[in-house]
Amino acid sequence: MPQLLSDLLLTIAYTVRDVLPIVAVIFGFQLFILKKPIPHLSRIVKGFVLVVLGLGFFLEGLEAALFPLGRLMAQQLTDPAFISGGGPGAVPGWWDYHWVYLFAFAIGFSTTVAEPSLLAVAIKANQVSAGTIGIWGLRIAVAIGVAIGIALGVYRIITGTPLYWYIITGYVFVLLQTLVAPRMIIALAYDSGGVTTSTVTVPLVAALGLGLAGTVPGRNPLLDGFGLIAFASLFPIMSVLAYAQLSEWQGKRKRNRNS
Amino acid sequence: MKTVKAVTATLLDSLRDLLPIIVVIAFFQIAVLRQPIPNFGEIALGIAFVVVGLTLFVQGLKLGLFPIGETMAFSFASRGKLAWLLAFAFALGFGTTVAEPALIAVAGEAALIAAQGGVIDHTQSALASYAFGLRLTVAVSVGFAIVIGVFRIVMGWPIQYLIVAGYLGVVVMTAFAPREIIGIAYDSGGVTTSTITVPLVTALGVGLASSIRGRNPMVDGFGLIAFASLTPMIFVMGYGMLF
Repeated sequence: MPQLLSDLLLTIAYTVRDVLPIVAVIFGFQLFILKKPIPHLSRIVKGFVLVVLGLGFFLEGLEAALFPLGRLMAQQLTDPAFISGGGPGAVPGWWDYHWVYLFAFAIGFSTTVAEPSLLAVAIKANQVSAGTIGIWGLRIAVAIGVAIGIALGVYRIITGTPLYWYIITGYVFVLLQTLVAPRMIIALAYDSGGVTTSTVTVPLVAALGLGLAGTVPGRNPLLDGFGLIAFASLFPIMSVLAYAQLSEWQGKRKRNRNS
Repeated sequence: MKTVKAVTATLLDSLRDLLPIIVVIAFFQIAVLRQPIPNFGEIALGIAFVVVGLTLFVQGLKLGLFPIGETMAFSFASRGKLAWLLAFAFALGFGTTVAEPALIAVAGEAALIAAQGGVIDHTQSALASYAFGLRLTVAVSVGFAIVIGVFRIVMGWPIQYLIVAGYLGVVVMTAFAPREIIGIAYDSGGVTTSTITVPLVTALGVGLASSIRGRNPMVDGFGLIAFASLTPMIFVMGYGMLF
C-alpha cells in the first residue's frame, strides 16, 4: 500500500512536469503579450489542479491494475507455444493467430472508449454541433475504426507485408470518402485520427506490436514492431466519415418517406 | 446533496467507460488463456483509481482547460494581432511536444534502429544526440502544424486541400526515406498529441472559429490535431534522410 501511494505521488509529479511548459506558454502570453488578467483565475487554477490529479490517479491506476495484465496477455497470446498446437518446428500460418486478431480488435475498441482525450473532443463536438453529434456516437465510431485498424496492423506484422502499402491505400480511401462526406464532419474526422492514441491505447498496443514482432518467425522487432499506432490513427478517420455518411443517408431516407 | 448526486453520476459514467477494458481482459484471461486473475485486491484498487482519475479529469476539463483555451482564442481574435497568435500557436505546439514522454521513448528507439542500420555510431553520445535531434524535429513540426492549422482557421480555407497536400508529402517522402525510419515516422504522428494538449488545442480552434466572423465552429474549428499528427511523419522521414 505505501508502494502504491509513493508511485501515485511520483506519477502526479511527472504529470505536473508535463503541464509546466503549457502553463508557462499560456501565462507568458496572457501576461506579457495580451496584458490582460485571466478571468475566473481561481476556477481555472482549480481546473488545472483537478486535471493533474485526475491524470495522476488515472495513469497510476492503469499501471497498477490493467497494464501489467494486458502486457503479459499480449506476450502470452503471441507466444509460439500458444499459437502452434503442432509442436516445435511447425511454422504457424496467418490464421493460427486468430486469438491475436480478436485480442487486437477487442483491446483497440475498449481502450479507445476509455481514452480521455477522445472524450474531451467528443464533449466539445457535441457542444458545437448543438447535439447533432452524439458523444457516444462519435466515441463508438472512432473505437470501431481503431479496432479494425489494429487488427489489420497485427495481420500486417504477421504476414510481413510493407507498412506503406496499407497506409497509402488508406489515404486514397480517405480522399474518396472526403469527396462524398458531409462538409461539417470532415475536420472532426481528420482530428479523430490523432486523438485516439494517447494514454490508454499506446502502451497496450505497443506491447502487442513488439511482442508479435519478437515471436513471429522472420520478423525483426525494431523494424516490424512499429506501425500499429499509424493504423490506429488512420482507420478512425474512415469510420467517422462513414458514420457521418450513414447518418446523412438515414436522415434523407426519413425525410423522403415523410414528404 | 446536489453535488453528491452529480459526482456519483460522473463516477458511474467513468466506470462505464472503463467496463469494456475490464471485460476484454477478464475474458481473455479466463476463457482463452485459462488462468486465474492474479492480485485481485490490487486490481480492484487500481480500477478504483482509474475511475476516480477519469472523473477528476473531466471536471478539470470543464473548469480549466476548455475555458482557458476559449479565453485565449477570444482575446487574440479581438485584439487582432495575427503574428502574436501564430507565435502563440507555435509555442503551444512546440512546448507541449518537446517534453512528451511518449516521444522521448520513441526517439530513443529510433536512435537504436539508426545505430543498427549503421547510420550512426553505436556510442552513447551518438545515440543521445540523434535522439535529441529527432525530438526537436518532431516538436518543431508540431509547432509548425498548429501554426498552419490556426492560419487556416483565420483564413477559412477548407481543410481537405491542406490535408491532401500533407498526404502527398507523406507519400513522396516514403519513396525516398530509408526503410528503417518509415515505421517510426508513421507512428510519431500518433504519439505527439497528449491528453492535456488535445482539449486545450481543440478549445483554442473552436474558440477562434466562434469569435471570427464568417467562420463556423463545426466546419472550421476542428482540424488542429489532424495537422499535428500529419507533419511529424514528413519531418521525421526528412530527418532520417538527412542524418
